[in-house]
Amino acid sequence: MLQVQELSKSFGQKLVVDGVSLEIHKNKITSFIGPNGAGKSTVFNLISRLIMRDEGHIGLDEVDISNWKSNELSKRIAILKQNNSLQLKLTVRELVAFGRFPHSQGRLNEEDETKIDEALSYMELEEFSDKFIDELSGGQRQRAYIAMVIAQDTDYILLDEPLNNLDIKHAMNFMKMIQKLCYELNKTVIIVMHDINFASCYSDYIVAFKEGQIIASGSTEDIMKEHILEEIYEIPFAIHELNGKKICVYY
Amino acid sequence: MHKYNKKLIWIGLLTLAAIVLFLTININPKYIQYALKLRVPKIFAMILASICLGAGTMIFQTITNNRVLTPCILGLTSLYVMLQTIIVFFLGASHVLVTNRNLNFILSLILLAFASVLVFRVLFLKQGKNVLYILLIGTIMGQFFGSISSFLQRVIDPNEFLALQNKLFASFKNMNSSILLITVICIVLLFLYTRNELKQLDVIALGREHAINLGINYDKAIKKLMLSVTLLVGVATALVGPITFLGFIITNVAREIFKTYRHTYLIGGSILIGIFTLAFAQVLVEHIFNFSTTLSVLINLIGGIYFIATLLIQSKKA
Amino acid sequence: MRLLLKYKWRVLGIVLILALSLVSLSIGVKSISLSDLFSQDDLSIKVMLVGRIPRLVAVLLSGIALSVGGLLMQQLARNKYVSPQTGATIDGAQLGVIIAMVFIPSISLKEKALMAFLFATISTLIFMYIVQKIKFKDIIFVPLVGMMFGGVISSTTQFIAYKYDLVQNASDWLQGDFSLILKGNYETLFLCLPCIIIAYIYAHHFNIVGMGESFAKNLGVNYNVVLYTGLIIVSLLTASVVVTVGTIPFVGLIVPNIISIYKGDQLRTNLIDTSIVGALFLLVCDLFGRLVIFPYEIPIGLTVGIIGSAMFIALILRGKKHA
Repeated sequence: MLQVQELSKSFGQKLVVDGVSLEIHKNKITSFIGPNGAGKSTVFNLISRLIMRDEGHIGLDEVDISNWKSNELSKRIAILKQNNSLQLKLTVRELVAFGRFPHSQGRLNEEDETKIDEALSYMELEEFSDKFIDELSGGQRQRAYIAMVIAQDTDYILLDEPLNNLDIKHAMNFMKMIQKLCYELNKTVIIVMHDINFASCYSDYIVAFKEGQIIASGSTEDIMKEHILEEIYEIPFAIHELNGKKICVYY
Repeated sequence: MHKYNKKLIWIGLLTLAAIVLFLTININPKYIQYALKLRVPKIFAMILASICLGAGTMIFQTITNNRVLTPCILGLTSLYVMLQTIIVFFLGASHVLVTNRNLNFILSLILLAFASVLVFRVLFLKQGKNVLYILLIGTIMGQFFGSISSFLQRVIDPNEFLALQNKLFASFKNMNSSILLITVICIVLLFLYTRNELKQLDVIALGREHAINLGINYDKAIKKLMLSVTLLVGVATALVGPITFLGFIITNVAREIFKTYRHTYLIGGSILIGIFTLAFAQVLVEHIFNFSTTLSVLINLIGGIYFIATLLIQSKKA
Repeated sequence: MRLLLKYKWRVLGIVLILALSLVSLSIGVKSISLSDLFSQDDLSIKVMLVGRIPRLVAVLLSGIALSVGGLLMQQLARNKYVSPQTGATIDGAQLGVIIAMVFIPSISLKEKALMAFLFATISTLIFMYIVQKIKFKDIIFVPLVGMMFGGVISSTTQFIAYKYDLVQNASDWLQGDFSLILKGNYETLFLCLPCIIIAYIYAHHFNIVGMGESFAKNLGVNYNVVLYTGLIIVSLLTASVVVTVGTIPFVGLIVPNIISIYKGDQLRTNLIDTSIVGALFLLVCDLFGRLVIFPYEIPIGLTVGIIGSAMFIALILRGKKHA
């Protein structure tokens, strides 16, 4: 159970996150949306302990994450940020093996090797496993990082704008993969996203941010409404239903 | 895995050969015992300096996430030079602090350790996490110390300056067992202090976000590692004097040879390459150049050329 | 009157320079008053003409040369922390000086300046080449590489110094010092005047080049020609100071940064402000060094080294807060 209560954070004088409370539904995909500077990425960074909060409470299984041992927490929550520009010469398999670090502290046992193999095959990366990651295409590299997260074997997966740098085809494949992860492997996924239609098509819940606060949150069905989106982005929206999915058009 | 071990063994053998060469070259059979008594402590000092600079530089490069910088630009070497200059200037070349190697060593060690901790307390803890900023400030402090030293050096009595000059260039002369023992103790203590973080280096190399994701207390680890890096460099400087570019040479050669991210091999390799380089360079200085140049000048020259070449090659690739 | 108000800071700066120049002229072991000069006291006039006026001119010119050189280099490298000091120009000039001293013993000052200029240019060009090609253009990383590169060059200088037993002498030549400036040995410094004029005329070009190659192409400016001209000017400015006075650190680093904090980055207006503040800064430091342990004096290299490093660290910390 991942719960956030009254979370606040300011940078200097500027309050970027202002009393945010939310609860993440298990085994579902939750998207964070909102305009630039709305605070969604800051909330993401706070939950993933990349930055320190000023006030509030982030609880995992009723215990605040600051009271968790860092290593134990990394067996429960995996995070993946956007800028994965590694200068290291790592093969795909070596990268994925890092996902086992929380469990084995660098000394891989047989179980670790199995998990790595599973993660590689799940992401269909077997043929690349000995290639260096900087030799891969953008989509392949993204898959390699996801494989690492899979090998980490956590209940929660947090992704920060994973679709940047991916073309439409790869973005779609990527989201399908995330859905598979969520429903087949029982993961709980949180994604920070820019594209509302991707959020609409692939997530179960949407949390919308504006000016550091949650302006709307609920099931995708409930959020994908014209007046709500117009309130968030302050531009006119039209929503159409296509094959049972809500697609918004803005102009 | 296997191939890395193999490489390590090869380098180890080469290093051993260099050590044997250094110990036995031009040796007069009549005075073997005497000659070895002089040469063995030098070898020990080389080993210790290589451990400090090899491990220190490699850890430093991992933390700063680039392979061009070395911790020697932190300003510690300039501080050492300033200390030696001040001692000779105010106390004279015949003062016990200049002539007694042990006292001088301990004083340098304490001062450098003190300065490292101080720089840390003031900068690292207050100014946040950007290591590069601290480096720039360290470098500027180094230039500040440098201005003071060069002022004192120009007004120092030329005869006394000769006594000082010996201290300004790295050398393996005047080693004795107590100095070596203190150095060993320092290294062991530092190793114990960072024993957990050393195991995490491979993950730390992935960068802050990945490291935190994988359950590392990143900020704390960086602080501890940086502190021990500065202390390692301080120990090496107090032991043999300033050798700016040695760390740069050995870590980069190690990376070229091993082509891996595993720090066990990178650090082990750097240390062995360091010993090899020092022993070999010392043979050159003593037996080929007949002391007409100093070890640190030689190392800096070779290291400097290598440094420029690395930068140019790297920039060509881009 | 309006004009006066618009430029009040500049006017204030110039007035300050004039006032401090008078102070500077009146300081020295031999005390000279105005009346001595009017009464045509031969010795007083000689001291003035041979010693004090040249010294004052040297101080002012060096201040201008160093700060303008720093400003130009900062623009061209597109990095606030790059200057002749952090970009290996000074180290190159030093190497040139020592090579000239060792290998051409009977060298004249002009030829020495030429050597210093040659080496300063080469090392600056290599550094800029590296900067342009480097992948990781972090604002701090670039000057760090420059300083390490400078370290390589100065270890070559040391190598030569050690070999010819000149280590102590080298520290003597290399630290900036105005006390040895006399009529006849500082005129090389006037080289910097045409450089500054060129810099002023083509200020907009340098400005544009500073914004990047594609930007310059777009505006029809020949990127490489302007870039190299700029770098040659920087090297000339630096070399002329290193040869006549010695190394004076930090001026080229601090002065342009201070100006850019208050005035932004418009090069042509900044050139004038930078020159004024640079001259004033060095004049103040020189006076300070001469008065603190009067009748002895602290060489300018040390004074500026101490004041400058403190100021620069303050600047870095400030810059970080704003970033």
